Amino acid sequence: MTAATGTATAKPAGASARPGTFRLFANNRLAALGLAVLAAIVILALLAPVLPLDDPAVTDPANRLLPPGTAGHILGTDHLGRDILSRLFWGTRVSLAVGFSATLIAAFFGSLIGLVAGYVGGRTDSILMRSIDMLMAFPYILLALGIVAVLGPGLLNALYAIAVVNIPFFARNIRGVTRGLAHREFVDAARLSGKSHAGVLFTEVTPNVLPVIVITMSSTVGWMILETAGLSFLGLGVQPPQADLGSMLGEGRKLLFNAPFVSIIPGVTIFAIVMSINLVGDGIRDVLDPRLRSGALARPSARTRVDRREAPPMPSESSGTALDLVDLKTEFRVGSSVYRAVGGVSLDLKDKECLGLVGESGSGKSVTAMSVLGLVATPPGAIVGGRVMVDGEDLLEVSDEALRRLRGGRISMIFQDPLSTLHPLFTVGDQIAEAIRSHHPVGHAEAWKRAVDLLELVRIPNARQRAGSYPHELSGGMRQRVCIAMALANDSGIMIADEPTTALDVTVQAQVLRLLDDLRKEKGAAVLFITHDFGVVSEICDRVAVMYAGRIVELGTTEDVLSRPAHPYTRKLIDCVPILGDPERRLDAIDGLPPSVARLPPGCAFADRCPQVREDCRSGDIALTATGGRSVRCLYPLVETVE
Amino acid sequence: MGAYILKRLLALIPILIGLTIIVFLMIALIPGGTAVAILGPLASAESVAKLNAELGLDQPLPQQYLHWLGNLLHGDLGRSYSLKRPVVDEIFERFSATAILAGTSLVLCSIFGLLAGIVSAVRQFGWTDRIVTFVVLIGISTPSFWLGLLLIMLFAVAWPIFPPSGMYLAYGGGGILDLLNHLVLPAVTLAVVATGVIARLTRTAMLEVLRQDYIRTARAKGLTEGRVIYRHAFKSALVTVIPLIGVQAGLVIGGAVYIETVFQWPGIGRMLVGAISTRDILLVQGGVLLLAVTYVLINLIADIIQTLLDPRLKS
Ligand code: SF4
Repeated sequence: MTAATGTATAKPAGASARPGTFRLFANNRLAALGLAVLAAIVILALLAPVLPLDDPAVTDPANRLLPPGTAGHILGTDHLGRDILSRLFWGTRVSLAVGFSATLIAAFFGSLIGLVAGYVGGRTDSILMRSIDMLMAFPYILLALGIVAVLGPGLLNALYAIAVVNIPFFARNIRGVTRGLAHREFVDAARLSGKSHAGVLFTEVTPNVLPVIVITMSSTVGWMILETAGLSFLGLGVQPPQADLGSMLGEGRKLLFNAPFVSIIPGVTIFAIVMSINLVGDGIRDVLDPRLRSGALARPSARTRVDRREAPPMPSESSGTALDLVDLKTEFRVGSSVYRAVGGVSLDLKDKECLGLVGESGSGKSVTAMSVLGLVATPPGAIVGGRVMVDGEDLLEVSDEALRRLRGGRISMIFQDPLSTLHPLFTVGDQIAEAIRSHHPVGHAEAWKRAVDLLELVRIPNARQRAGSYPHELSGGMRQRVCIAMALANDSGIMIADEPTTALDVTVQAQVLRLLDDLRKEKGAAVLFITHDFGVVSEICDRVAVMYAGRIVELGTTEDVLSRPAHPYTRKLIDCVPILGDPERRLDAIDGLPPSVARLPPGCAFADRCPQVREDCRSGDIALTATGGRSVRCLYPLVETVE
Repeated sequence: MGAYILKRLLALIPILIGLTIIVFLMIALIPGGTAVAILGPLASAESVAKLNAELGLDQPLPQQYLHWLGNLLHGDLGRSYSLKRPVVDEIFERFSATAILAGTSLVLCSIFGLLAGIVSAVRQFGWTDRIVTFVVLIGISTPSFWLGLLLIMLFAVAWPIFPPSGMYLAYGGGGILDLLNHLVLPAVTLAVVATGVIARLTRTAMLEVLRQDYIRTARAKGLTEGRVIYRHAFKSALVTVIPLIGVQAGLVIGGAVYIETVFQWPGIGRMLVGAISTRDILLVQGGVLLLAVTYVLINLIADIIQTLLDPRLKS
């Protein structure tokens, strides 16, 4: 069964009827088609008594097995001479009635069990859910057969059996959501206001659980119609002379060789019903399941899409520059909004230098770093302008294979959280060896040996044994050393480190930072070091660039910028550094929030938070003015940058 | 690992006890109780009363259950009144037929379900994905018993390349090739629904994995996209999907009831249908119990494979 709806989140009462829900559903053409077919079938079945149909039970031995198209019997007759069209209408009525009734019964009792178990919790919960688990230990058709065996064959008994075996799906899904809701504020508030438990359960909790009930119903009703038809097909459901689609199919089976149409007609009908229900069900799920709507399940492509409207001219190759970003622009497109995460960043990383890129979260510094190797997820990301120059080549233009060779080869990356960035199912040695083997034609043994050497290089004790460890068996600091080892595996000339120490304990931070600094000097690699922490910058960076709202606002040597910040934002950032390794403290130290990169104001993006703001700051675009080794994007810099 | 398997086996005990209780209740709850189950629904009222007294059915249910369980542990599930032979003999004789059919289908649906799911995730929103998604939807919307009939019409009647029924040729058959020849249609039919379900689950699992940070790391290392998908992403998706495949074994085992009937396959499923019609409750009970235990064991194996793949689960 595909009842994986436990993750659907519910919102406080009233929020379930979101605007646009119906429009979303109507936009799904297949779902709309399914709904139309289903509605047509249901209406025809309801109209069966008033339509000019033959009596479905009247036999006419003289006119047995007339083929479809015969006058008076559009769909022909069966082995007793009964009109198949009429039997089809009446049989569909029975099948639909039984399927929907079973769904309602299962939904009612299953939801009740789920609500009570989830809301009450404790012993009640565990007893109820254990019983449900017991039922689920049976293959569910088998359980239905067992129930029919006890009750005896018959339509109602088949209905009960199918309803009972579907109760667990409802109970499980609804319990999961209810548990999540049971201790939310609005539920507590209702309880404090003096409502009884039953009152709270049915007026506060149930409405929020409703979407999950609807999803579960839509994903099980098709099965229930199939299974009841199946029981009738086996002769265990509806009994003659009454017929449903399943029993018609069962009768047709005996005529398989001489009158195949007798079984084809009801089969097609069952298929049409179930298929249309499934289409509608998928449509409902798409609308109600927030994960699908937000596009969270879209698959990122191997490389960020490059969608340049204009490309700046190729810069002349300057010796001594390892990486040259020219007016790089990266956007995220979500629905109709466009987030200009990187709005034209120009930056050059010199050979063997360590360049810090500093900013608050959301400033675009990580996206800048990810854009270099095309690692920004597409969708929703796209690089829309600029160049990324390495060794005279624009990485935005090279072939996929060339880019792959650069990744982890000439340029390597170190990411923030080593627990989520290392693959949990491979040993660390394996992951390092793999990095080596994708760039060098060496065997597994040789690669493994080198991996162990690298682990020794990053000062992991017992490297030989540690290589066989899985990431979860190592400490945070050790894991980040593994990532550094991986980045060093192919002697990259350029390393991009994206907040490599942020996720670590303060004491470990310092060690890892020192290690990184030592190794990059030893290897002579250029490092682009992304951080929000000026404290870290002062320890290892030669130069520093400050980013705000997707653009560089200040650039200069670390010493210079730290001692005489020119941009008011830089000043603020530096002012609130001191507490080592405590990001929270720093973030709220600057009043206000950065502007949304979806709606950037004209003029200076920092204007709303700037103590020095003046009238003309808000009027036009402000250029990054370079003087000497120093650049600043401000009309009224705090210090004279001319030397 | 040994300790882990032992732990899992111990955890199985309460589930098996629960199973036996539910299966035991089948006879306890039918009108007339055990005596009717033993003698059949056509037995006279006096002989039922007499047997009831003999068996001591005035005892409370828990004691009756323990008595029944004792017999079960000695391999005694009673005698089938309609077949006039011990239930255990009958179900074990038929078990291999069901195991061959369901086992083959389970293998087929795992392979094709995983493949379809991966392809569809990798080509998300592309034409391949749309086609696979639509075919999968058709697959899970088609009644398997009807699909069986269609396949018989097509491949056994209109274009006779496979036999329409049975497990071996009635005369002179019995070799492995003969078995395979008879197996193709029923095994494929039985696999269709589960294939669809597994494809859907795999697609979702792959899409979730492909967004993980460690996939970005794999790309940043310079791995080829093939390696990223088939080694890094697939292994993680497999860890999620394998226990779900275990759950789908329930669809296959249950579906065998229809398919064995349609193709006249001499397994437990077909036996059950007959036994329900003749109200041979002891036979139904035995068959249901054996298949349910098989299902539980398949799920256990799936969990163990998952643990072998995911070192985090061992602790
Ligand atoms: S341009 Fe004006 S508003 Fe912007 S930082 Fe400079 S002084 Fe402040």
